[in-house]
Amino acid sequence: MILYCHCAFAKVVPPEAKQAVLAQLAASGAEFEAVPDLCEMSARRDPRLGELAASGELRIAACYPRAVRGLFEAAGHRLADSAQIFNMRATAPEQLAAELTAGSA
Amino acid sequence: MSKLATPQVRTVLYEGPGSAPLDGEERARLLAALLDKGFAVTSLREARELTVRTLDVLMIAGRFTGPAPAFHGTAPVHFCEIGGRDAAAVADAAEALRTEVGAARAGAWKPWFPVIDYRRCTNCMQCLSFCLFDVYGVSAAGKIEVRSQDNCKTECPACSRVCPEVAIMFPKYRHGPINGDQVSQDDIRREVMKVDISALLGGDVYGLLRDRTAKAKSRFSKERDDDRALKERQNCLAKLQKEMDIPMEVIASLPSPDEIRVKAEQAAQRARDARAASEAL
Repeated sequence: MILYCHCAFAKVVPPEAKQAVLAQLAASGAEFEAVPDLCEMSARRDPRLGELAASGELRIAACYPRAVRGLFEAAGHRLADSAQIFNMRATAPEQLAAELTAGSA
Repeated sequence: MSKLATPQVRTVLYEGPGSAPLDGEERARLLAALLDKGFAVTSLREARELTVRTLDVLMIAGRFTGPAPAFHGTAPVHFCEIGGRDAAAVADAAEALRTEVGAARAGAWKPWFPVIDYRRCTNCMQCLSFCLFDVYGVSAAGKIEVRSQDNCKTECPACSRVCPEVAIMFPKYRHGPINGDQVSQDDIRREVMKVDISALLGGDVYGLLRDRTAKAKSRFSKERDDDRALKERQNCLAKLQKEMDIPMEVIASLPSPDEIRVKAEQAAQRARDARAASEAL
């Protein structure tokens, strides 16, 4: 399963990174969860986070892995060590998008 | 009621049996339009049970070619035919549903709040003692936790700066390690040097405020000059604002010095109680 965070309510993720990752995700044909803001979802303790954390191989496009793991834990769901977190704040979008969707669909 | 306890509309882009698939570009446009308006989108290739909060509402969007697929779950389901509509029109339909069910407006609350890195946290309760806005609490197991996220003051990362373990993150902050970037040895050395906030301010911040209060009261009795007292308070806090990158709006919304004193004492007591309970376990 793929989880994409749009970080819609702040300007910390470069727009071109979000656009490139979203385009690749849409083109991949894979099933995914795209959320406007993972922080907000964590604050609401959205049960979908638990479902995602429990899904086998989770790949997440968001921000810093330490923060993402903390957001899941704050919502009461611990991410498996095997979950892969791709940081849109610090990784080249093309590279990130390719790794995120590799082997999907 | 907490701003977080309002209904949400969650959209599902369904492209499974009974719904014709979109091409990649259409899908990308639709995704961007919905996300920009604050809607979560679940992309599905088959109908199945969906986990949602009981107060939320599902909007299933698709180019339906037959009977509506069966989605199981506890939330009300609305179907949205997207054939013949562009991405903006579908986002408008979701917006209309949001209005109809009284769901939260997108961006009504900027999700700014502390996130604890429990791999680093030592449960020292400094954050609980420090925060004036009751963001922190203690779990039944005696563990520090972020309890009232929507009490946190947007753009204020002050509590992360008093954490001696660099364990408090604000994911939307500009710089590391507060934004969740890796913690370096230099960061740890810096935090050790300023464990005590008094090191930043040349004295305990609450003590400083108390002193100012006493002086202000003395002046009030002589001059009753409210404007001057306010200026004094602003000057006192300007240093705090500069050193800790606290927005002026937060400084302006701080309780009065007397209220701060009471809150600080209450918070310190809660921290002592929590530590004692934790040690007793």
